[in-house]
Amino acid sequence: MSVLAPPEPALTPVYSYPDALTHVPTHYCPGCTHGIAHRLIAEVIDEMAAKERTIGVASVGCSVFAYRYFGVDFAQAAHGRAPAMATGVKRVRPEALVFTYQGDGDLASIGAAEILHAAVRGEQITVFFVNNAIYGMTGGQMAPTTLLGQTTTSSPAGRDRATMGTVLRMSELLAQVDGAAYVVRRSLHDVVQIKRAKKAIRRAFEVQEQGLGFAMVELLSSCPTNWGMTPEAALGYIRDEMVPAFPLGDFKVPETRAEAGA
Amino acid sequence: MARELLKGNVAFAEAAIRAGCEAYFGYPITPQTEALEHMAVRMPELGRTFVQAESEVAAINMVYGAAAAGVRTMTSSSSPGVSLMMEGLSYMAGSEVPAVVVDVMRGGPGLGNIAPAQSDYTQMVKGGGHGDYRQIVLAPASVQELIDHTVLAFDLADRYRIVSVVLADGSLGQMMEGAELPAMRPPRAADASPAWALSGAKGRDTNLISSIHLDPDEEERFNHHLQAKYAAIEAAEIRYEEHLLDDASIAVVAFGTAARLAKTAIAGERAAGVAVGLFRPITLWPFPTDALRDLSERVEAILVVEMNMGQMLEDVQRVVAERCPVGFFGRTGGVMPMPEEIAARIRALAVELGAAVSDAPEEVRT
Ligand SMILES: Cc1ncc(C[n+]2csc(CCOP(=O)(O)OP(=O)(O)O)c2C)c(N)n1
Ligand code: SF4
Repeated sequence: MSVLAPPEPALTPVYSYPDALTHVPTHYCPGCTHGIAHRLIAEVIDEMAAKERTIGVASVGCSVFAYRYFGVDFAQAAHGRAPAMATGVKRVRPEALVFTYQGDGDLASIGAAEILHAAVRGEQITVFFVNNAIYGMTGGQMAPTTLLGQTTTSSPAGRDRATMGTVLRMSELLAQVDGAAYVVRRSLHDVVQIKRAKKAIRRAFEVQEQGLGFAMVELLSSCPTNWGMTPEAALGYIRDEMVPAFPLGDFKVPETRAEAGA
Repeated sequence: MARELLKGNVAFAEAAIRAGCEAYFGYPITPQTEALEHMAVRMPELGRTFVQAESEVAAINMVYGAAAAGVRTMTSSSSPGVSLMMEGLSYMAGSEVPAVVVDVMRGGPGLGNIAPAQSDYTQMVKGGGHGDYRQIVLAPASVQELIDHTVLAFDLADRYRIVSVVLADGSLGQMMEGAELPAMRPPRAADASPAWALSGAKGRDTNLISSIHLDPDEEERFNHHLQAKYAAIEAAEIRYEEHLLDDASIAVVAFGTAARLAKTAIAGERAAGVAVGLFRPITLWPFPTDALRDLSERVEAILVVEMNMGQMLEDVQRVVAERCPVGFFGRTGGVMPMPEEIAARIRALAVELGAAVSDAPEEVRT
């Protein structure tokens, strides 16, 4: 039987490599969501056609080499100091789209003062805060964001409220600050959440473009390596353990564009 | 420009503006705060950047960011604040960005006090932060020099992609003296920013400002590159003053305000017939090693005078290497060495060396 094959549809790629990413393979562990966060940011930079005027500020943590993966100008800040460095960059290059990319040890612990006061000043920068509830790079020690009872190499019997306190929710904290214009928490544990995260990343860059003030997107992220889990189990851990401790949502959004622009 | 009566802190801040400083970041600390306050008025007036940071840690990292973006930028502070900047200074050395830091030193350690001292020689000259790095350190002894060194600091920082420090003390910051400010230089045009600076990768490859070299061999190669640059600076940028040294048998070695106080003592001792002069390092790094070594072959004794307990003394001893005896007189904790005290030390040395001198200076309690 000879049936004429239907004409082949032209193959148009619907999922291509973002221009704002280099082709350097990342050093992230299998199943780590840092890679997803990178891709989302790069896609948004492409969509905004902002690659040639974007300046990133990398932090100290597993994402220390972020500058290798983004095809944009980059600075590599000291541990926790990225918001201060980004302040210096943005103040003298107001036309640039400036973002920091920071882990939870970097942003919520050693850099707590720098992030708080960047928000207080209403710095026109965009912060991507990757919260994986642990220090990834140094091998899994407790962070201010570590869950109560979570075991880490420096809380081997589990985080104990009496001596170690409990989770620091930076988005809720920063939303209290008048200079913060946009503060939201998203998660990277499934496709729906990832799509929501991307929208927030876009909005956070737009807030900077519109000069509305400080913008931060917190991204709940996985660290299968230091959590001692498979990549899949790690995504489940975000969903089942982290999301209840770090509720997703919008903590601060510009009221209306018209008002905020006034 | 005409001579005006200027307060040191205001003078260096205005000098920085005229040298094209486009961004100032600082945190209040006595005895330096008038500089920050001057910047708070003048920088916005000129459409330039002024930010009062939340700490000196943040201030130096803001400087790091602005420097990475290719503009002339600075901070100023005093000893405890400068201690907090060591991390940032090490990073800036490690990524070769130019910037200026003015340190108006005060008494320490710890919170100490707000009185003039030379307490930061070691942390600024030797590098208080981690790693094998250097920064150019200029030591002014008058308000005029505070102005001139600030301008020079920007030029040297840019020329060598290095941090330049103006190491003043509380008395220089607070004193008022007649001095002349330079003419206003225009800030660098945006399109004239250095090729390495972060400006957005438009029509060029991406730029990176970073101090990380994870591969030890690569880090070592980078360090050798830094050392070569430092050697070039040592060959070209040493500055010092020789005062009444031609026939001197005793040389006082002192920098900054201590040198100025020593000059008064030297004038008195000269009048009494003591062959004494002053060797004043102006660049503390690069240190005037060769000139001091030559001097140690010509004189019979050296007296180091500092407003600390002998931080530069170690460098003088290293260079002199027992070619002649090296004595030391220092007051510390914010106490200034008075000319009569210095004169007494000079006189004692002269007597020891068997010089015939007239009426001994009044002994003072030290
Ligand atoms: C001043 C300083 N202190 C400590 C360190 C060591 N250090 C490197 S990364 C890190 C924690 C990183 O954790 P996080 O910010 O949560 O990022 P992650 O690695 O999890 O992505 C620490 C403590 C350092 N580099 N500098
Ligand atoms: S250690 Fe954790 S955060 Fe770091 S790359 Fe691996 S999985 Fe990601």
